[in-house]
Amino acid sequence: MHEHDVIVVGGGGAGLRAAIAASEEGADTAIVTKLHPVRSHTGAAEGGINAALREGDSWEMHAYDTMKGSDYLGDAPAIETLAKDAPEEVINLEHWGMPFSREDDGRVSQRPFGGLSFPRTTYAGAETGHHLLHTMYEQAVKHGIQVYDEWFVSELAVTDHEDPSDRQCHGVVAYDVKTGEIEGFKANKGVILATGGPGQVFEHTTNAVANTGDGYAMAYRAGVPLEDMEFVQFHPTTLPSTGVLISEGVRGEGGILYNAEGERFMFEHGYANNEGELASRDVVSRAELTEVNEGRGINDEYVHLDMRHLGEDRILDRLENILHLAEDFEGVDGLVEPMPVKPGQHYEMGGIETDENGETCIEGLYAAGECACVSVHGSNRLGGNALPELIVFGKRAGHHAAGKDMKEAEITTGYSEDAESGKVDTPVEPGAVTTTSDDVAADGGAVADPTGVVEQTVEEERERVERLLEKEEGLQHAAIREDLQDSMTQNVNVFRNEEGLKQALRDIREARERYQDVYVDDPSRTFNTDLIHTIETRNIIDLAEAITLGALARNEFRGAHWRQEYQERRDDEWLKHTLLRWNDGDPELFYKPVILEGENKTYEPKVRSY
Amino acid sequence: MSTQVSETEAETEAETESKPHQERRMSEKAARREAADRERLAREQLEAAESTVHLKVFRYDPEVEGKQEPRFDDFHVPYEKGMTVLDALMFARDHYDSSLTFRHSCRQAVCGSDAMFVNGSQRLCCKTQLGDLQEPVRVEPLPHQDVVKDLVVDMQHFYDQMESVEPYFQSDEFPEGEEQRQTRENREKIKMSTRCIWCGACMSSCNIAAGDNEYLGPAAINKAYRFYMDDREEADLEEHRLRILEQEHGVWRCQTQFSCTEVCPKDIPLTEHIQELKREAVKSNLKFW
Repeated sequence: MHEHDVIVVGGGGAGLRAAIAASEEGADTAIVTKLHPVRSHTGAAEGGINAALREGDSWEMHAYDTMKGSDYLGDAPAIETLAKDAPEEVINLEHWGMPFSREDDGRVSQRPFGGLSFPRTTYAGAETGHHLLHTMYEQAVKHGIQVYDEWFVSELAVTDHEDPSDRQCHGVVAYDVKTGEIEGFKANKGVILATGGPGQVFEHTTNAVANTGDGYAMAYRAGVPLEDMEFVQFHPTTLPSTGVLISEGVRGEGGILYNAEGERFMFEHGYANNEGELASRDVVSRAELTEVNEGRGINDEYVHLDMRHLGEDRILDRLENILHLAEDFEGVDGLVEPMPVKPGQHYEMGGIETDENGETCIEGLYAAGECACVSVHGSNRLGGNALPELIVFGKRAGHHAAGKDMKEAEITTGYSEDAESGKVDTPVEPGAVTTTSDDVAADGGAVADPTGVVEQTVEEERERVERLLEKEEGLQHAAIREDLQDSMTQNVNVFRNEEGLKQALRDIREARERYQDVYVDDPSRTFNTDLIHTIETRNIIDLAEAITLGALARNEFRGAHWRQEYQERRDDEWLKHTLLRWNDGDPELFYKPVILEGENKTYEPKVRSY
Repeated sequence: MSTQVSETEAETEAETESKPHQERRMSEKAARREAADRERLAREQLEAAESTVHLKVFRYDPEVEGKQEPRFDDFHVPYEKGMTVLDALMFARDHYDSSLTFRHSCRQAVCGSDAMFVNGSQRLCCKTQLGDLQEPVRVEPLPHQDVVKDLVVDMQHFYDQMESVEPYFQSDEFPEGEEQRQTRENREKIKMSTRCIWCGACMSSCNIAAGDNEYLGPAAINKAYRFYMDDREEADLEEHRLRILEQEHGVWRCQTQFSCTEVCPKDIPLTEHIQELKREAVKSNLKFW
């Protein structure tokens, strides 16, 4: 068994920042990640990092834009923390050597992004995430943080108290991809989940193949509620064939969207008369799909994004990476022709419920980055707000887990007596297929002894993996996964309706039932990706269900969540967060109110117009 | 939401005994049917495709009998314009042989995990169009690295070399509460070097690295270049960085064969960077002579 003070699961932006922070506080810190850290998906982020750095801008303006962008479903304490801490963190990155783009006077450049009242998106070309990831990995090397790379964390070692709020997390169980060994990692102070997004729930996504939402699913099954999962962000500009992202920076620099008739539809069809292409992402995604659905799309599938008029010099200086992506993945030269784009799944606004210090309702268990929901993005994330979220909340989680004295969080977590319970009419039974699920927290009463909890979870994982490997016949994960992704893309996409959501739930149920028969064909213990993908597929199924249940229950239109039957935001009933907890296999829906009271003001919900 | 569906308690003993067995048989049958359906679907897709691609893929697994002897497997996959080598490998894995093993993640040329040896050259599979390659397309693991299984190589030596050049910013004096200034020219100077995604293609293509296990290699030297040329790092660190680079297995080993530059998927002028550092080393020694 390995033992450290703080164990960070995931080696991307949030994980690295958390590990560096914990290490700075003197904690013996390790990162356990299924990829090598530099392979993490943070590297694919392109656009930039929002932070109020300049005169004329302020953290209050950043907070206001974020609240408005969220369609008033963000919590003020979380949003204000993000806006306040971001400038220091961006400066910090610069001090660590991050190669930001520069102005003539040598200061870091900022550019406009959708939904921002000030051009506060700091960037490094159109490859900001790559530089952020590598800069932070370099600092992790400098700090001598131990990295267990290609170790896949498959379960959390949590005590089995009846009430999740009484449970404690003592470590994780991980599978060494290279050798097939399953081992326990005991965390004396805390476990931080920083496992990134769940894009693989969908078929057309900007997310990496590794983004299977492992952290969400593990926390969910251990008893932590998932929050606001129905809010899935679709990015308006992804390449049609692959889902590769074309940064919002293109529109930020002045890129224009055209339909098949050559109309600048954001204005000409009145989707956003003031901001046009720079309206927020949900607005632009719906506009594009409406164009396609009304027959004004190109090849009935996509629209054009044109940046030619920006000129070669500006494109090469600020968007060079976009030229390479359009060329390599679509065969289009962005300097001489417009690029085809359509909406694609991009970001999960919801996630593991945490407070401003990254803590969940289970003691010793933290989450940060995309897999967490503090919540700062509410029902729609502004472009450029994901990277500050990683560093701000990654750092806070690292500090808190390492034992630093921090201000008590204002956001509460977990199921409480005054939670409003929710109801949703489902066509099939959601949740685990069998009651004798092995997905519950460590059972057997080894409550007092942390080592015992870890050892017992290791034993259960060994048995589970053994069963998957020894089964000689059954279904393969790939077919189950593919059908699920297709159904989600068809039914739980940008446009949603009750029948589609119910169909998705039926398909998810079928996936669960088929998964009972899953087996791993590859008998090898060496680098068995068949096994890894099989375990990941279970996580995808749980997340697809959480997203769809939340979406079916929320009968209003807010942010990224568009419902055909409900075309209005209904603040009187729905200014509240959706929470879903696993309850040992039986998903339970409840709600908690949004916190609109900030430090100096209360945010009043207003009509969102761009 | 209601509770779990539980089995009815009224079942007779005989039923509970025979049921698991029957259920298992049924589910095995269903599984076989599904596997057959899936194969048939793949075959139909293959037949319906306007064209197909023939891949010859290197296979090896140290612990599975019948795979311990390295061999090539043939896969035929349906081809569509725009398809990459990675797409074809994924199709082969998901439809024909789930044990086919390779690293991949972002499929957009930033994670660097799917560098392989394709038709005799180091390439990132995700950005290599099948349409640009001659058939059969031969896919092998990166040369000069130990093969773990199939197309997966051991990257540890590569990571060790990267980390041996102290790849992190070492300054510790900063302006209070604001960024350091850097000229556009200086950022431009280091820009290409900062694009490295640690894929290992360059190291694998380098003859010198193949013969000298201690040679830092092009990627690590490029990483050192990125810090050496960055004006934000204080001048007294330059000498420290040059010492690492000037060692016996450092920059002087490079014989300017340009193979690293040729294969780099991010177009980093690696050979040029190495030569610039050689010049810096000479200049710095001249100072002391």
